[in-house]
Amino acid sequence: MNEAIRADALVKTFGRTRALDGLDLVVQTGEVHGFLGPNGAGKSTTIRILLGLLRADAGAVRLLGGDPWRDTTELHRRLAYVPGDVTLWPNLSGGEVIDLLGRLRGGLDPRRRADLLERFDLDPSKKGRTYSKGNRQKVALIAALASDVDLLLLDEPTSGLDPLMEEVFRQVIREEQRRDGRTVLLSSHILAEVEALCDRVTIIREGRAVETGTLAGMRHLTRTSIQVDLAGPVNGLAELPGVHDLQTHNGTVRFDVDTTELDAVLRQLTAVGIRSLTSQPPTLEELFLRHYDRAQPDVKPGTEVAR
Amino acid sequence: MNSLTGTLSMARLALRLDRVRLSVWVLGLAVMPMGTAANYVKLYPTEADLRAVSDVLTNPSLVALSGPLFAVSIGGLTVWKIGVTEFILVALMSLLTVVRHTRTEEETGRLELVRATVIGRHAPLTAALLVTALANLAVAVFAALGLMATGLPAAGSVAFGLSTGLVGMLFATVAAAAVQLTASSRAATGIAGAVLGGSYLLRAVGDTGPTWLSWLSPIGWGLHVRPYAGERWWVATLFVGIGAVCATVGYALAARRDVGAGLLAERPGPVGASPALRSPLALAWRLHRGLLLGWTVGLMLTGAVMGGAAAGIGNLKSPNQQLTDILTRMGGRSGLTDAFLGAIFGIVGIVAAAYTVQATLRLRQEESSGRVEVLLATRVSRLRWAASHLVFALLGTALLLAVAGVAGGVAYGAQVHDVGGQVGRLLGAALVQLPATWVLAGLGTALIGLAPRHASLTWAALILSVLLVELGALFGLNQWIVDLTPFAHVPKLPGSAFILTPVLCLTVIAAALGAAGLAGLRRRDMPVT
Repeated sequence: MNEAIRADALVKTFGRTRALDGLDLVVQTGEVHGFLGPNGAGKSTTIRILLGLLRADAGAVRLLGGDPWRDTTELHRRLAYVPGDVTLWPNLSGGEVIDLLGRLRGGLDPRRRADLLERFDLDPSKKGRTYSKGNRQKVALIAALASDVDLLLLDEPTSGLDPLMEEVFRQVIREEQRRDGRTVLLSSHILAEVEALCDRVTIIREGRAVETGTLAGMRHLTRTSIQVDLAGPVNGLAELPGVHDLQTHNGTVRFDVDTTELDAVLRQLTAVGIRSLTSQPPTLEELFLRHYDRAQPDVKPGTEVAR
Repeated sequence: MNSLTGTLSMARLALRLDRVRLSVWVLGLAVMPMGTAANYVKLYPTEADLRAVSDVLTNPSLVALSGPLFAVSIGGLTVWKIGVTEFILVALMSLLTVVRHTRTEEETGRLELVRATVIGRHAPLTAALLVTALANLAVAVFAALGLMATGLPAAGSVAFGLSTGLVGMLFATVAAAAVQLTASSRAATGIAGAVLGGSYLLRAVGDTGPTWLSWLSPIGWGLHVRPYAGERWWVATLFVGIGAVCATVGYALAARRDVGAGLLAERPGPVGASPALRSPLALAWRLHRGLLLGWTVGLMLTGAVMGGAAAGIGNLKSPNQQLTDILTRMGGRSGLTDAFLGAIFGIVGIVAAAYTVQATLRLRQEESSGRVEVLLATRVSRLRWAASHLVFALLGTALLLAVAGVAGGVAYGAQVHDVGGQVGRLLGAALVQLPATWVLAGLGTALIGLAPRHASLTWAALILSVLLVELGALFGLNQWIVDLTPFAHVPKLPGSAFILTPVLCLTVIAAALGAAGLAGLRRRDMPVT
């Protein structure tokens, strides 16, 4: 089985709010899949459907070869989940919660538990009510990462962690990646994190996947900034397909070009003669901002409540 | 900016948040004394009736329960009947209100947001006390007016309203100090509640033994004001003095501590779970055990005191006809003692049902807090999770009733020299209530499964049951209205014969409601917040 998760045209409404509006998501077994989208795009709703907590109104979903709504408990033996907003029992210590969740999931590796406690620098003897947001998140992370499961569903797992702990998290996920067959679905806002960890990415917006693929492939879809000193004047550059925002200043030409048209544009430039050239690959931020912004005019009122 | 800046806007916020809750409290506390007095006016029209019933009330168990009777009059009897209950309830209203608007706000982190605005250090506590004082003033005024409306003397009515309001305010200041001690609002409620429990016990012991003990108890002071029995207004200064001390302590401690912190350090817990903590049931035990233990102790004491009181009823020389009638109507046909015991265990059943509702709604609490999410993401199924809590609602209540029955049987049996026989009889009288409490558990489960946002209506059902059972018999309501509550169908043991049909029907209704709720729970989205 190659697909750990497959969701087709998922629809979920809460009253008048349409949280998911035909969402497609495919996560291959063994990959770390980034799940990106602005607040309220439907990331948590999707994950809760994958957990069998919510039932999709329409669409099909398969998780580890089963139906998350019908085969809930069997599937849950093989996955671990870290919610975006971790709440703990006020009078149970962190260590107790880690052990309890691990046992309810079907056992956890005590050596790995001790190792993770040390690396995440968590005091397991404190009571649930005394932990900060970051520390509550660590409790849930350690409980999830110390269990031997096929699939990790992580809903913005680092939103409360400090940069040091975020680095620890990345190391741990990279180690997970090396273990065979372990799949991670990582919902996140932090682009650097996604860039550092994920093999493939799905961007969702208003309950729909707007982009999915590898990061390299996505870069291809966007624009590269070029600054070039030319030997002579060049005409007709602005008319070439894919060239945007052209500026000329003392023989230095600056423009953005659609990455797909890069080759044709460069051919034109070399014909004139290039003295120097700097090119800047598109940043991920630009990529996301474009997707987050796009279709802003058609934002429907009342579509922002979904989690 | 001084330390009180923003007090008024915080008080307005608190009033807005509590408008329904406090109105219900105030209304209930104002109507209760009036209703009792009106009822006595009807029951004991002559001096002779009053005298006859007053003889019963010298029984030590009844004195321990409700305090001494200071005057043979409608007013005196009303204060005896309702005073201690009223004081306990007004104290609960006050301490819960103060804790809710101080420590709970702080614990949830909402206060941090508020304190970052232009709000003085002492504004939240002052606002909480102000709102509580307003509620207590309303209770005092309305209770006094209500009593006067039944034709009781003005001085005594004012004295009763005054002592009720003062007891409330005193426990508000106790809570003001308690909330400074712990970081947890539950623990703060526990501390203030323990002071209240201690006050009740001191008064109970003091009224039956060394009188000075009841002078150590604010509830005792409330009675020592002696409404309708030669009012002693100076006792009010005790409340003012001690209340001022408690409030000063509260403010002094509040000035010394950090936001969110308590003065008592949080004890660290174990670094790992004990081997037993490996199932939803084990987790539920951790979450329920404190509550269950508290209730067990409470119902054991109640059972024992009531059992002791019952022996006194049997020794009664000249039973008052109306009292007998009332007890018979409330309790059953044969024998005054059995009727009394039947009525008592009817009340015990309803009291135990409060635990049933509390334990059932824990399911909802776990869900709305979001804690259920990580649990259901493991291989725990929804039904198994629900069952782990419902076990406590169903069997926990059975335990409570059994404890009350056995304690009552031992206390009553010891006095009539028949412990073996009475334990069995009263255990039966207690356990026969069980199916009725289960109906409430069933209702709670049905609401949680089918209409989770309205699950707290289960409390409304319980309160309605109390009103129907208590007032229905006294005011002669239509039987079909009274029959709406499950408790109306419970056989009145030990007086009447045990009838299986209603018990069976109640069990079936409870099971059907529960099954519907669980079916809904399996199908619906989780978590609904």
